[in-house]
Amino acid sequence: MASTTTTADVAVPANKGADDNYLTHDKGIASWLLTLDHKRISVMYFICVISAFALGGTFALLIRTELLTPGRTIVDADTYNQLFTLHGAVMVFLVIIPGIPAAIGNFVLPLHLGAKDVAFPKLNLMSWYMWVAGACFMLTSLIVSAADTGWTFYTPYSTTTLTAVIPALTGAFILGFSSIFTGLNFIVTIHKMRAPGLTWFRLPLFVWGLYSTAIMQVLATPVLGITLLMLIVERAFGIGIFDPALGGDPVLFQHFFWFYSHPAVYIMIVPAFGVISEIIPVFSRKRLFGYSFIALSSVAIAILSFLVWGHHMFVSGQSVLAGSIFSAITFLIAIPTAIKVLNWISTMYKGAIHLDTPMLYALMFLWVFTIGGVTGLFLSTMATDVHLTDTYFVVAHFHYVMMGGAITAFFGGVHYWWPKIFGRMYNEKTGQLGSVLVFIGLNLTFFPQFIMGSRGMPRRYYNYIPEFQPFHVASSIGAYILGFGFLITTVSLIKTLFKKADAPMNPWGSNTLEWTISSPPPYYNFDKVPHVTEGPYEYEDWEYNEKIGGYERKSLKAGT
Amino acid sequence: MMNPLLTLAFAPIPVPNNVPTLNPSPYFWLPVPASTMAQPIDDLFNYVMWVSVISCLLLMGLMIYFVTKYRAKSRKDEGTSSSDHHTGLELFWSIGPLPVLLAMFVWGFQGFVALRTTPKDAYEVHVTAQKWKWLFEYPNGYTDDVLHVPNGRKVRAVINAVDVLHSFFLPAFRTKIDAVPGRYTELWFEPTAPGTYPIFCAEYCGTGHSAMITKVVVHEAASFDKWLEDAGKAIDALPPEELGQKMYNQQGCSGCHSLDGSPKTGPSWKGLFGKSETMSDGSSVNVDENYIRESILDPQAKIVRGFGPVMPTFKGKLSDKKISGIIAFIKAQK
Amino acid sequence: MTDTTADSVTGHGHGDHGDAAHAHNPFLAHHFDTPLQQFEAGKFGIWLFLVTEILFFSGLFCAYTVYRTLDPDVFEWGHYFLDTKLGALNTSVLIFSSLTAAWAVRNAQLSQHRALCVNIVLTLLCAATFMCVKYEEYSHKFHAGLLPGKHFQPNEDVWEQPAYWKKNGPPPDGLLDDPPKKEAIEKADKIITRGHPYRFQPPPNAARFFGIYFCMTGLHGIHVLAGMIIWIWMLTKAARKQFGPTYYGPVDYAALYWHLVDLIWIYLFPLLYLID
Repeated sequence: MASTTTTADVAVPANKGADDNYLTHDKGIASWLLTLDHKRISVMYFICVISAFALGGTFALLIRTELLTPGRTIVDADTYNQLFTLHGAVMVFLVIIPGIPAAIGNFVLPLHLGAKDVAFPKLNLMSWYMWVAGACFMLTSLIVSAADTGWTFYTPYSTTTLTAVIPALTGAFILGFSSIFTGLNFIVTIHKMRAPGLTWFRLPLFVWGLYSTAIMQVLATPVLGITLLMLIVERAFGIGIFDPALGGDPVLFQHFFWFYSHPAVYIMIVPAFGVISEIIPVFSRKRLFGYSFIALSSVAIAILSFLVWGHHMFVSGQSVLAGSIFSAITFLIAIPTAIKVLNWISTMYKGAIHLDTPMLYALMFLWVFTIGGVTGLFLSTMATDVHLTDTYFVVAHFHYVMMGGAITAFFGGVHYWWPKIFGRMYNEKTGQLGSVLVFIGLNLTFFPQFIMGSRGMPRRYYNYIPEFQPFHVASSIGAYILGFGFLITTVSLIKTLFKKADAPMNPWGSNTLEWTISSPPPYYNFDKVPHVTEGPYEYEDWEYNEKIGGYERKSLKAGT
Repeated sequence: MMNPLLTLAFAPIPVPNNVPTLNPSPYFWLPVPASTMAQPIDDLFNYVMWVSVISCLLLMGLMIYFVTKYRAKSRKDEGTSSSDHHTGLELFWSIGPLPVLLAMFVWGFQGFVALRTTPKDAYEVHVTAQKWKWLFEYPNGYTDDVLHVPNGRKVRAVINAVDVLHSFFLPAFRTKIDAVPGRYTELWFEPTAPGTYPIFCAEYCGTGHSAMITKVVVHEAASFDKWLEDAGKAIDALPPEELGQKMYNQQGCSGCHSLDGSPKTGPSWKGLFGKSETMSDGSSVNVDENYIRESILDPQAKIVRGFGPVMPTFKGKLSDKKISGIIAFIKAQK
Repeated sequence: MTDTTADSVTGHGHGDHGDAAHAHNPFLAHHFDTPLQQFEAGKFGIWLFLVTEILFFSGLFCAYTVYRTLDPDVFEWGHYFLDTKLGALNTSVLIFSSLTAAWAVRNAQLSQHRALCVNIVLTLLCAATFMCVKYEEYSHKFHAGLLPGKHFQPNEDVWEQPAYWKKNGPPPDGLLDDPPKKEAIEKADKIITRGHPYRFQPPPNAARFFGIYFCMTGLHGIHVLAGMIIWIWMLTKAARKQFGPTYYGPVDYAALYWHLVDLIWIYLFPLLYLID
């Protein structure tokens, strides 16, 4: 059978990673801050995203602590409102949207394509600096008098409240452009820099995921940009576009905002789909089931995502006709999503399943994302949505898909690529323990919220009527478990950085191109341009070797 | 985190007392059903629930089964199959769910149309949403901060917001609509069981969003009209100070003005009458009847130093009688 | 095929691995294999960027459509305060600058350094003219109190517009330097009073027009300024004779951006100035 001609011509390529790799190639802080190497930019993003996740998570724990009792527990109403606003803004704009594409995709995408870098390395660095600038503006808002509008910035509350909304809006605006440029970079890279033989249908599905995401980033985010800019101008100069007191229309803001923010939630989840598509075949030792359907369903989701924004606005006073169109198309989007889940599960049929930490996260994803996905059905059904919208049911739904979906996949991907990125194996025991704690915490935090919500508990509530307290207490306990799970996972990962870089080249036996170069990779990626002759999920040629703790190519072994 | 000056102005707002519960309910997932639309919507909810539960059990069951059955014994273990597609199966599960989803959509659409099509001859109540209070106005001019409706009759609520977005949410009736400043929205319902149920604000509107809770009292059909007539008369017959207190609670004054001396969004009414206040421009004003009346009708004319220009006007909303009542009430806060 | 290159990223040493194309071509970046690949990538990139710019403006065009459909009176009333002649001047200036920009690309391709610099300078001059005219229009609005939202306070200066001099009788002597002709007044009067209940008073929500006007032309103006900065940068490179048949990408991309800026104005002009 055909096999990929790899970069080195020696019988079994030695893993030179420990001696000279992209991490050790140049020294000094300037070599990082002015780097054009996509791998270093990815690592910088990773540090930033994890830090922002810790910040957003701290806000979440404060929120859940406050909600242990009705009435005041630790903060007053205004501080609480600021907490949930910043929790949302930080998590959405600083963590999940950049998360997988910037912190993992930047590293992996060029390697998956057999390329030396992304198409526009300087633009890539600029995207990172824009992330940092956006984060600084968000922090400014936090320090001055944190915005209290909710991350959705609905007018006219956002045009009239006295808190520091403009820094938060500016931060989100800049972060939007960081996202646009990353997407632009990825699209050009995928179109123009594929290695010879790497046809579209031989691409890893992670690349398809990043591609679909990039399309959404490029087309939807500018609309957010103009919306936030108009809101800044409205707040600063009283222009009167959204504020009814000045002749504006508050519902128009909602249309503009959700036109971006609905594709945004797909920007958050489609890369996660890509990560899961990488992990499951490798750890089932079996080709991914239904490759074409998964690839094309990502693109279908990207296109359909632009047509459903009104399902956030069924009770806004929108017309019945408009609502029905949005509802119908939302049901359509459920189909490509369901297809993916079924294909992933089918991949495991008659495979050989290895339950390493990345696979645990992937399995967790399947479970939790399915629950999150089906609860979306309640919300696309117009009649039930009238009762459920703006309640905790919606909060639980999006946390299941965003936390249980995107973040779980993010951590799965982090563990999967950790040996490649840093050349060190993570600690399998704490990895598994962490994932189990996250799973328990996640479900305990958010499942009671479904029940609360359908029973009538509205969202963004500082106080609540006492009958909901048991649910809130259960949810808060879950949040502490969830936070603890992430804490030990992160600490354990960081500790590995102090070990020697002795991870094998291909610990998992994956067939995508990044596993054919050293761990960590050399700064120039590939010695020679790879020529690809088969799909990304062919495992027959890889064989496990206990001595190196990883897999090696049968066809390249000396004497074969 | 917050600017300390703003912290002073925004003291905590308590949840009103005597908020009714949404229990007991025959359902685990849903509150007590108390309107004609509750049953059909609950049926639809249950349909979606069953579809969801069955899908989850199926998928998760398969996953757990595969993981257990095909668990690798060692690293050397390889899979026994390399099938990577099955067109028939893939088409089945792409097209198969369509009728199930279509049913959901059609049923949901019909329910929505029913929720949003107000029947003729409905009993009309005007609802005003403002930070952070609901106000209901009845056909005979009576106003109240509690919604009273007759059992078994269709009720149409016409809703307006004074300042920012709010949302009128009656969980027991399974209905909700946003209150948008600058336009009117409406919803309708027909109660099926006398009792008291909560009304929540469901669109974030600031500090007192979670305190913007009131209730709907469903009266027996026979006695409702008489009750409304008596209530209307009772308001007019109230002595000024009691009328003022009622307005204090109903019209939203309590949201910003305390009675115990602590400053909130606005100055406290304790010891206010006869006081000499310093205005934001430095001038000094004696708090008398004229000043209070002006502050109610044209609040931006004079603003006490240390407070923001955020009070809404009550011009056209409060009759002279009610304003006199408020003045009497303020006088009584020594 | 012509060996074209693009992008001004200079290779920074490591990663060459003996690739001949890199050694001979200082403008070929290390991560691209051939100059053609680099040029195509750059071209694709700039087109994607232009798509994002179109979507960026689309929000404003959408707001324009919504508000004009809801309140056509306001837009018709408002546009009288825009000087159509100045708008037409700006339009022709921008169209001409698109010509010089396209010409500049040709100059770069043919190594015509002198002509290239001249064309870039002409483009810059046109852009500067545009901004000056814009400044003039904006200061007129500021002067006349024709500002958006809560700042909307039209004052007597608006009488200079022929359509409104009959507001409360003729303006006091000496107020108008150049009183409008009788025919212009009658024509404007006929148009304005056609079916409108608001004869000489601003209609309700009149400020909306100016909100849309300032947002759209302001955002466009910012893009013109950005374009000027980009052209100045191109000028510095052109002065150093960097461009030629093997390397003209940056000028090409700058011109594409400039054409979009022009195109957006070509939509703005009739939508705002020619509502009739």
